[in-house]
Amino acid sequence: MHRYIITRLLLAIPTLAGAAALVFILMRLIPGDVCVIRLGSGGAHVDLQALAMCRSQLGLDQPMVMQFLSFLGHYAVFDFGVSMWSGNPVWQEILLRLPVSLEVSLLATVIAVLLAIPLGTLSALKENSGLDHVVRVLAIAGIATPSFWLGIMSLILVLNVSAAISGRPWLPPIDYVPLWKDPLYNLSIVLLPAITVGYRYSAVTMRLTRSAMLEVMREDYIRTARAKGLLEQIVVNRHALKNALLPVVTLIGIEFAFLIGGLVVTEQVFNLNGIGRLLVQAVQNQDNVLAQALVMLVVVVFIVVNLVVDVLYAWLDPRIRYS
Amino acid sequence: MAVITPTTPTAADEADALLRAHTLRGRAITFARRKPLGTAGLIIVLLIMVAGIFAGWIAPFDPEENDFASMMVAPGLDHILGTDQFGRDIFSRLVYGARTAMIVGFGAAVGGGMIGLVLGVSSAYFGGWFDLVLQRIFDILMAFPLIILALAVVSVFGTGVFNVVVAITIPLVPRCGRVVRASALAVREIPYVDAARALGFGHARIVLCHMVPNVLAPFLILLSAFVGQAILAEASLSYLGLGVQEPVAAWGLMLQGSAEDYATTAPWIAIFPGLAIVLTVLGASLFGDALRDAIDPKLRNR
Repeated sequence: MHRYIITRLLLAIPTLAGAAALVFILMRLIPGDVCVIRLGSGGAHVDLQALAMCRSQLGLDQPMVMQFLSFLGHYAVFDFGVSMWSGNPVWQEILLRLPVSLEVSLLATVIAVLLAIPLGTLSALKENSGLDHVVRVLAIAGIATPSFWLGIMSLILVLNVSAAISGRPWLPPIDYVPLWKDPLYNLSIVLLPAITVGYRYSAVTMRLTRSAMLEVMREDYIRTARAKGLLEQIVVNRHALKNALLPVVTLIGIEFAFLIGGLVVTEQVFNLNGIGRLLVQAVQNQDNVLAQALVMLVVVVFIVVNLVVDVLYAWLDPRIRYS
Repeated sequence: MAVITPTTPTAADEADALLRAHTLRGRAITFARRKPLGTAGLIIVLLIMVAGIFAGWIAPFDPEENDFASMMVAPGLDHILGTDQFGRDIFSRLVYGARTAMIVGFGAAVGGGMIGLVLGVSSAYFGGWFDLVLQRIFDILMAFPLIILALAVVSVFGTGVFNVVVAITIPLVPRCGRVVRASALAVREIPYVDAARALGFGHARIVLCHMVPNVLAPFLILLSAFVGQAILAEASLSYLGLGVQEPVAAWGLMLQGSAEDYATTAPWIAIFPGLAIVLTVLGASLFGDALRDAIDPKLRNR
């Protein structure tokens, strides 16, 4: 097992290097650079001397290969650099924006799991019942609905309902306050985004839970368990669910990793200042250092979550052995 | 000597009936009878496709023409789904938007799917270093945020429907490649691949003619899922301003900036384009599900 984890971590190094190269090249393919945008904003005439000075300050006048090697070298010692746009350390910029994104993602995951596993299980146990049909429609609708549109619809609903009740339209606040400072205010910010993202997430999970449950309930050992005279509750909870949830755990992990990278649109709808929007701003400002750091963060999350899921899988199911 | 009269059923007739069950038309009829929901999904997709192709005849107004005399008109007789903040007819924009959605949806799904299919099968067939390197590249592309790719493609090549297709195709390639590779690994172990090799066939012929046809079932299932995913991705990119640009009609674009501004005064601006997306993706998913059950009953309910 340790061997397996170490191999996987070693295999992650070329992936990380490849991702670093890809983001490095992509950022440089975009015409113009941060100095042109910074000095030329508002259509002002760009002083060539100032431009050259700005470039040499940021190291943009170095050859590409040197720039790339210095980027890799600094990352190897966990030095993520300074934002080319704001001049603040990159980790500071990211730490400022990370909590809201993380909170929305985690809350969305909680909502998704709480909805998907009971509903998916019930739907499988009562196959072709009314409840089953409702769950299946909910699930397939959730997959077809863009979460940003659901967000827009929920905002329209909140606006109209609050206007009807209090006469004054209300919108969720956009200035982030940590959960431990003012829980209610914090929830009023993150709840709607988490629900709209969580619904789609739960739809995918619900379908898999249902199908996995259906498959497991037809297994021989379930018949054996019933023949032994076990309570149906125990058969479902201990025998069926434990096995059916294996693929579901994988899916939850992978979807969570995608969520971190895909929050951009939701953050746009709800005006949240999370890392998704930071990424778009960084790319638009040609802030290479910040954009590279954010992409690497997303890639690292993806790799780590995938590894954790695989290890968890072996731990949950002793039949699986990695070598 | 007995003469067989043509009125009585013969073995030849029965064989004919059996044969009919295996023709495309026969299969389609069976499919429609057994999978009503999937057929409904297919009909939805076909209708949207027809709307896209014949948009010029169906749309009552020019989708890009501003009419400042009738801005934000509620749905009614003149404009059945109302007009937007520039006085453009929403129904006409939806019909033209169907064209954009279909081009991007099918373009990206087929493009990403085909490249993924060939790469996935080759990866399984050749194995070794080729497999290892390709899988690492897939890892990178899977983990890479779509937004960055789209931003880079759009910044370098400019906005436009074709570039949006390219941006969405790239992340679909590894997703298809992974699944296809898993199936192809099993196919590689079947003796006929060895037989083909023993006959001296080239690698390209073995991969394309012997292995690809045998992994088509999971591929087709993926493809139908990709159409929906690509349409959703196009909508998100256009909504962010990274996809199709004004004044071209695209569903995601129609949602841009309309939510809070017109929530109380003209909610139809945001409601109908979203419904169009939901309906299309729903149709594609329903059809995809039914297709998967029909092709591969083992995967039922997945």
